Amino acid sequence: MSNTDLATREPQVFGAVESKSPGRLAWERFRRDRVAVIASFVVLFFVCIALLAPLVCKALGINPLTLDRKALNDYGLPNGPFGAISRKHLLGVEPGTGRDILARLIYGARVSLLVGFVSTLLTTVIGVVLGIVAGYRRGKIDAIISRFTDLTLAFPSLLLIIALTRPFTQRLESFGVPEGNPARLTYIVLVLSLFGWVYVARIVRGQTLALREREFVEAARASGAGHWHMVFKELLPNIWAPIIVIVSLSLPGYVAVESTLSFLGVGLLPPDASWGVMLGDSVKYYRADPAYLFVPGVALIVLVLAFNVMGDGLRDALDPKSDRQQLG
Amino acid sequence: MTTFIARRILFALVLLAAVSLFTYLLFALLPTDPAALTCGKNCKPELIAANRVRLGYDKPIYEQYWQFIKGIFAGRTYGSGDIAFTCPAPSLGYSFNQHECVSTLIGKTFPVTAFLSLGAFILWMLLGVGTGTFAALHRGKWQDRLTSVVTSIGVSLPTFYVGLLVLFSVVIWLQWLPFPHYASPTENLHDFLTAMILPWITLAVLSAASYTRLTRNGVLEAMNEDFVRFGVAKGLKNRTVIRRYVLRAALIPIVTIAGLDFAALLGGAIVTESVFSLPGMGRLAIRSVTDSDLPVLVGTTLVAAVFIVMANTIVDIVYGVLDPRVRVK
Repeated sequence: MSNTDLATREPQVFGAVESKSPGRLAWERFRRDRVAVIASFVVLFFVCIALLAPLVCKALGINPLTLDRKALNDYGLPNGPFGAISRKHLLGVEPGTGRDILARLIYGARVSLLVGFVSTLLTTVIGVVLGIVAGYRRGKIDAIISRFTDLTLAFPSLLLIIALTRPFTQRLESFGVPEGNPARLTYIVLVLSLFGWVYVARIVRGQTLALREREFVEAARASGAGHWHMVFKELLPNIWAPIIVIVSLSLPGYVAVESTLSFLGVGLLPPDASWGVMLGDSVKYYRADPAYLFVPGVALIVLVLAFNVMGDGLRDALDPKSDRQQLG
Repeated sequence: MTTFIARRILFALVLLAAVSLFTYLLFALLPTDPAALTCGKNCKPELIAANRVRLGYDKPIYEQYWQFIKGIFAGRTYGSGDIAFTCPAPSLGYSFNQHECVSTLIGKTFPVTAFLSLGAFILWMLLGVGTGTFAALHRGKWQDRLTSVVTSIGVSLPTFYVGLLVLFSVVIWLQWLPFPHYASPTENLHDFLTAMILPWITLAVLSAASYTRLTRNGVLEAMNEDFVRFGVAKGLKNRTVIRRYVLRAALIPIVTIAGLDFAALLGGAIVTESVFSLPGMGRLAIRSVTDSDLPVLVGTTLVAAVFIVMANTIVDIVYGVLDPRVRVK
C-alpha cells in the first residue's frame, strides 16, 4: 500500500471524504495515466472501425473487393508512387488486383481483432476455471490439471498448429462449419485456445494457492461458506487484476500469431483479408512495391503497441504495488 | 535431494512417453495414408502395398507404436533380403520423401538450429540484461521511457515481419550483405557468418525486449532488498553493489526463463529459419508438413518435445538445489 492510498483513506474514518471502492480508486489512477488513456482511445478507435467496417467503407466510397485495373500499370503494379496513393485510394492499391488497401485494412481489422478477442476469451475462461479449480480443490484434481498442463507445454505448439491445419479444417467442415475461411478461422481460434489456456491457468492457480492461506478466506471457510461463495465472492474478486492484465497483453499476441500463421500459409484464403494475410502478401512485392509492405505493418504495430501500453496502465492502476507505480 | 532429482527425472521420462504416444496417435489417425505417399502420383498399387508392409503400416496401431519405440533404442530394419535397409538407433523412422532415415535428417539439420539458437541466446541475454539494468538505473527518466516504448513494440511484433524487414533493408535496399547462403562454419566461415548474422540479430533483438522488461523489474525489486542496502551502507561502490548484489539476485529467475526459451528454440526456430532460408530443423519440419512426410513430422515434434521437457526438468532441479522449499512440495 503506497502512501497516497493511506492519505486518501485516513479521513474516511471521520467521514470527511466519500469512501471509494477499490475499483473506483483503480479507475482514478488509470485516468491520471495520460499515455494509457490515449492508448485505450486508439484501441477503441480500431475496434469501432472493425465493427463498423461496411459503414466506414461506404462513407469513404471504397470497397475491399472491387478490382481497379486502371490503378495498375501494364505489369500489374500500382500505377504511381507509394503504391499509387491517390484521392480515390488513400493508402494505394494492392499489386496484381488493384483492390483498395485501406478498405482491405479496415475489413482485415475485423478478422484480426475477431481472432484476437475470441482466442483471448476462450483461453481466459478455460484458464481461469481450471486454474481456480486446481488451486482451490488441490489434491487429486490439482494433480490431474497440472499434469495436463505439463503435457500441453511439452508440445512444440506452432509446428502442431501448422501440421494439423488441413485435416482438422476438413473435420470441422464435415461437422457443418461453413467451408473455407469460416472453418479455417474456427480452427485457428480453437487451436490457439487449446495451447494458450495453460499460461492463464498457471498464473491463476498460483494466485489462488496464495489467496487460500489468507485470513479473510479462512474466515469465510470457518463461517461455513459454500464453494460458490468461496469462488465467486472470496477468490475471483481478488484475482481480477492479474486476469485483466493477462487479457490486455495476450490479445495483441494472438493478433500477431494469426499473422504468423498467415505468413506460413495456414491463414485465410483470398479474397478475404486479415492483417496477417496482407503482411504475408506484401512480402511478395517487397521489391516492386515496398510501400505495400509498410501499411499493414504499421497498422499492426500501432494496435499492438496501444494494447500493450493500455495493459501496462491497467496493471499499474489495478495493482499499485506493482513495479512502475512504486518505483518508477 | 537424490530422491527429489530421481523423481523429477522419472516424471520427465513419463511425460516424454506420453508425448510420444500422443504425437504418434495424432498423426497416425490422420486421414492421410502414409504408404500411398511413399511414391509419386503414378504409383502402382502393388508397390504401395509392398511399401506398406515394408514400413509396417499394415500392422495395428499399437504394434506400430511399439515398433517405433523399439526403434529408438535398438534401431530398426525395414523389409528383408536385398532391399532391406536399416536405420540405426536412435531410429525415428524412415522418410520416403527424402530417402533417408529421420534421425540422419535431424542430425544434419540440428547443428544449424543449434548455432542459430546459441548465437541468438548469447546476444539477447547481453542485450536484454544490459538494457534492462540501464533502464532500471535511469528509472522514470526519458531513457527508461524510451526503453519501455521500444520494448513494447519489440515484445509484440511478429518475428517473420521484423526478419523480412531486416533482410530486405540490409540485403536488398542497402546491399550491405550478399544474399545469405548457409555453409557450415568448418567449411566456409565467411558464408556461415554472413548467413547467421541477420537471423541472430533479429531473434536477439525481439527476444531481448521481454528480457529487458524482466531485468528492469528484477533489478528494481532487488535494489529494495536489505542485503543491497547493507552493501551500500558498507560503503561499497555503486558499481560493485550492482554487479555483486543486485544483478546476482535479479538474474536467477531470468536465467531459468531463458533456459526454457532457449530449449524451445532448439526444437526448431520455424519462423526465423523460413525467413532467412536456413537449412535447420524448423525448416525440415515445415517441409515435412507441405510434403505430408509423417515420419519426419513425428520425429521433429518428438525431438522438440525432448528439449522442452529436458529444459523444464533441469530448471526444476536447479531451483530445488537453490531453494529447499521447492523440494518439499
